[in-house]
Amino acid sequence: MNGVHDMGGMDGFGKVEPEPNEPTFHEQWEARVMAMVRVMGANGGINIDSQRFARESLPPEVYLASSYYKKWFLAIEDQMVARGMVGRDEVDAGHSLRQSPPLKRGKFAVADVERVMVRGSFGREAKAPAIFKPGDKVRAKNINPLTHTRLPRYVRGHAGIVERINGCHVFPDTAAHDKGENPQWLYTVVFDARELWGDDADPTLKVSIEAFEPYLEKA
Amino acid sequence: MAHDHDHSHDHHHDHEHSELSETQLRVRALETVLTEKGYVDPAALDAIVEAYETKIGPRNGARVVAKAWTDPAFKQALLDDASAAIGTLGHVARVGDHLIAVENTPQRHNMVVCTLCSCYPWEMLGLPPVWYKASPYRSRAVKDPRGVLNDFGVTLPKDTEIRVWDSTAETRFLVLPMRPAGTEGWSEERLAEIVTRDSMIGTGLPKAVP
Repeated sequence: MNGVHDMGGMDGFGKVEPEPNEPTFHEQWEARVMAMVRVMGANGGINIDSQRFARESLPPEVYLASSYYKKWFLAIEDQMVARGMVGRDEVDAGHSLRQSPPLKRGKFAVADVERVMVRGSFGREAKAPAIFKPGDKVRAKNINPLTHTRLPRYVRGHAGIVERINGCHVFPDTAAHDKGENPQWLYTVVFDARELWGDDADPTLKVSIEAFEPYLEKA
Repeated sequence: MAHDHDHSHDHHHDHEHSELSETQLRVRALETVLTEKGYVDPAALDAIVEAYETKIGPRNGARVVAKAWTDPAFKQALLDDASAAIGTLGHVARVGDHLIAVENTPQRHNMVVCTLCSCYPWEMLGLPPVWYKASPYRSRAVKDPRGVLNDFGVTLPKDTEIRVWDSTAETRFLVLPMRPAGTEGWSEERLAEIVTRDSMIGTGLPKAVP
């Protein structure tokens, strides 16, 4: 979806402000939210793409005004409700009020923590050979789905060069909507900044994205 | 946890803090509901939080960089397949698939961003800092990286190529910064001390050698 989350190339957000000696978490609840999201992903309640789409679907004014972990919290709450796992009345009450559907991958215990500290693999067996190879000139398709996509707006319609093939991966555009892993070839595609931003762009700049095969056409 | 504090009693009139306190209550309520339903175990949440507060941080990445600076065969393996190469250093860090190491050279400087959300090599660098996840960095890094570097006090030669990697999928990027001059003969441990987090994102350089 063309949401405010897709902010590559937008102006007006001001300077980057690094925080010296930044703590891992600024508030205790941030840590709880991070861990809850990790566990609900590991136990199959949600997936990484559905959680991203839930954040992107927050109203733009909420997205821009909320801190990072506040967005995570609003998104996980929305997902729990949308999936019928938790009722808003239950969060209001602070207690479970009814039975909820079982987890896809079963309960997640302390003994499972070590395992999720290492990322799982998103690589999957390919059903067909890769269409593109390093060196190929490609164009990012002009697509504007209302659903989840990882093709940022700033490259759509622009031509770039395939630099590397990164294997065949779970396709976020379907996984986010529980429509299957639908594995697709993943490429690093490099764009010249002048192609993206025009003649005044920094001539020394090149930008790459990680592009799934359905995002690309031959240029 | 190390940074546990609660402002809610001290700042009743402070809008920001009373809003945070509401969030705190709601987060606690959701955790209780998920726990009662058997979806989460608070002890597992504690263990995850503790791991990110005490074990998983930029020291992991710094040790990989220091190793690459001192061992040409490891450096080549890292650039060929970072996940596999780091897997051979069982004692340094455990790392999942899809990690890509990108090398800074006198000709090219690499910088990593996630314009769409906050993708970041957690296993190598820990949880990302707030600025990495915030709008100013995500919006400007792909269009004006020299301006962003300027915000970090970093100025590169005018003719250095800048390559920005937008982490739009599950591949993750670790920048291998250039080894500073004056560090000849240093041990891996000593070298790791000068490898900053930002130098592995590409928004900084290793610490100056005295």
